[in-house]
Amino acid sequence: MAETIIFQSLPARPAPVNTEGLVPWVKNNLFANWQSTLTTLIVGGLLLFYIPQFINWAVLTATTVPNADACRAEGVGACWGVITEKYRLIIFGRYPFEEQWRPLVATILMVALLVMSCTRMFWKKWLVAVWIVVLAAFFILMYGGMFGLTEVQTDRWGGLPLTIMLATLSIVLCFPIAICVALGRRSNLPAIRTFCTIYVELIRGVPLISVLFMASFMFPLFMPAGVTIDVLIRVLVGVTLFAAAYMAEVIRGGLQAMPKGQAEAAASLGLSYWQTQFKIILPQALAMVVPGIMNNFIGLFKDTSLVYIVSLYELTGSLGLALNSDADWRPYKLEGYLFIVAIYFAFCFAMSRYSLWIEKQVNKSKLR
Amino acid sequence: MNEATDNIIVFDKVNKWYGNNFHVLRDINLNVRRGERIVVCGPSGSGKSTLIRCINRLEEHQEGHLIVDGTELTDDVKAIDKIRKEVGMVFQQFNLFPHLTVLENLTLSPMYVGKMPKKEAEEKAMTQLKRVRIAEQAGKYPLQLSGGQQQRVAIARALCLTPKIMLFDEPTSALDPEMIKEVLDVMVEMANQGITMICVTHEMGFAKAVADRVIFMDQGQIVEQNTPHEFFNNPQTDRSKDFLSKILGH
Repeated sequence: MAETIIFQSLPARPAPVNTEGLVPWVKNNLFANWQSTLTTLIVGGLLLFYIPQFINWAVLTATTVPNADACRAEGVGACWGVITEKYRLIIFGRYPFEEQWRPLVATILMVALLVMSCTRMFWKKWLVAVWIVVLAAFFILMYGGMFGLTEVQTDRWGGLPLTIMLATLSIVLCFPIAICVALGRRSNLPAIRTFCTIYVELIRGVPLISVLFMASFMFPLFMPAGVTIDVLIRVLVGVTLFAAAYMAEVIRGGLQAMPKGQAEAAASLGLSYWQTQFKIILPQALAMVVPGIMNNFIGLFKDTSLVYIVSLYELTGSLGLALNSDADWRPYKLEGYLFIVAIYFAFCFAMSRYSLWIEKQVNKSKLR
Repeated sequence: MNEATDNIIVFDKVNKWYGNNFHVLRDINLNVRRGERIVVCGPSGSGKSTLIRCINRLEEHQEGHLIVDGTELTDDVKAIDKIRKEVGMVFQQFNLFPHLTVLENLTLSPMYVGKMPKKEAEEKAMTQLKRVRIAEQAGKYPLQLSGGQQQRVAIARALCLTPKIMLFDEPTSALDPEMIKEVLDVMVEMANQGITMICVTHEMGFAKAVADRVIFMDQGQIVEQNTPHEFFNNPQTDRSKDFLSKILGH
C-alpha cells in the first residue's frame, strides 16, 4: 500500500496591486480611462469657475445689515440683511410677535424629543410617556388658553413649528396605518384585502394638493351644521392618510420579499398570526426596506410645505408671507429661499444619515 | 381497539389538490403508531412533503379525515394550535429566524406559545442545544453558523416544545456533503429516544439504520410500504424497483 501524502495548504499572499488608499481611488474613479479623465476635467473646470463666484457673492461682497438701501448699493452681493430683518416672521409665521417665545420653546421640546427617540439608550417603555407629555406641552404652549397663556388660534400658527409638528405627527401616525394596510393587502380575507387595495389605489391616484383641498374646503360641507373640526386637524389627517398609502406599498414590498419558510416555521412552532407578524415577519421585512421608508419620511417632511394651499403658513408659506407683503424686501427672495433651503437640508440630511445608522443596526445579525 | 388508540397519526382516504387540476395526494391511507420511525421516499413531485406538511396543517387537505393524537384536523383553529404544539418540524432550508440569536430562536415559542418564564425557557433551550452539541453558539446569529450547525439548531428549536411527533422535510438535502453526517447523527440519537418520527429523505443509510417502516410514494399515492430490510432487498412493485435501481445504482 502506498504511503498517504500529507496535504499542505499554501500561505495566503497579499494582492499584487495595491487597491486601497487615496491614490488608487483617484486613479480608479477619476482617471481610469480617457472618457472619465475628460469628464473629470470638464466637471472640475466648471467647479473651479463657479465656486469662487458663488463665494464672492454669498460671502465676500455680501452684507448682513438689515437695511434695504445698503443692499441696493453698487457692488453688493448677497443681501443677508433680509434674513436679519425678517427671520422671526419666516420662522414663526403669523404667530403673535410678543408671544413667539412659546413656539420657540415648543419647537425645542419637539426637536429634543425627536433626537431622544432616535437614540438607542432611550428606547425604553417610558419613552411613550415622554411623547405624550411633550406633545401635550407643545399644544398647550402653542394654543394657550390656560396657565395664563393667551389663546392663539391655529390659523395663526406657522413657520418651522408648524412644519415640524405636521411632519412628526403624520410620520408617527402614518406608520402603524401603513403596516395595517400592507398586511391587509396580503390578508386571506377578501373584504379586508379589497378595502386596503381600494384605499391605496384611490389615494395614490390623486395629488396631495387635492387631498388637502378636500380636507380643507369640501369636508366641512358634509359635516352637520354647527360641527366644525379644526382645519389643522383635518389637514393633518389628510397628510397622514396620504402618506400611509405610499408607505404601505413600501412595507408591502418588504413583506413580499420575505421567504415563505419564515411564516411556515413560525406556524409550525405554534405562533399565532399576529405573533408571527410582529415577532418574525415585520422585523425582517421592515429592516429590508429602511431606505424606502426613510425616503418616504423625507418626502413627507418636504410635502408639508403644500399646506400653504389651504392657508396654513408653514416654513415655505411664511417666507412668502414675510417677503411678498414688503416691497422693500421683495427683490431678495433668493436669499430668503437659500435660508429655508439650509433649514430643510439640515433636517433631511440628518434623517438620511440616521437612516444609514439604522440600516447598520438592523443588519448586524447578517454580519458573519 | 387497543391498536386504534395506539395510532398517533391516522390518514383516512385523504385527498388534496393544488388549484383545480393538480391532484397531489390521492386516497392516502396511513396509520402511524406511537413511537414509530418512518422514512418517506419517492421521486420529486410525488407528494412526500405535502403529505407530512398536512400533519401540522401547513397544507390543508380537502377530502378524507386526518387525525393527529386523537384530534381531527379541520378549520378549527384551536385544534390546529393544539396539534402544532405537539408536532415539531424541521425544514430543508432550516428556516431559522435570522434576526434572532440562536438562543432567542429556541426560546421564542416556549415563551410566547407555552407562556413559559424567560429564565425557564432559556434553561430548556440550553439543554436542547447541548443535546445537539452546539451550546457554545447560543449567542450567535443563525447566518454566522455553518449549514450543518444551523440545521442542528433547527432540530433543537423544534424539540423545545417537547413535541410528541417530529417531522423532517428533507433535512439534509441543502447541506454540504461534509455536514450531512453531523445532522444525521443527531437524528439517529433522537430516533433512539422513542419519539414518533416521520422523515422525508433520500438518505438510505439512515433509513436502514433507524426506520421501522419505509413508505415509497409516487404520483400522490403510497405505492409500497415495508420494513427497510424488505423494501431495499425485496421491493414488491416495478415502480419501486425502478426507483431503487436509480438511487442505489451508483
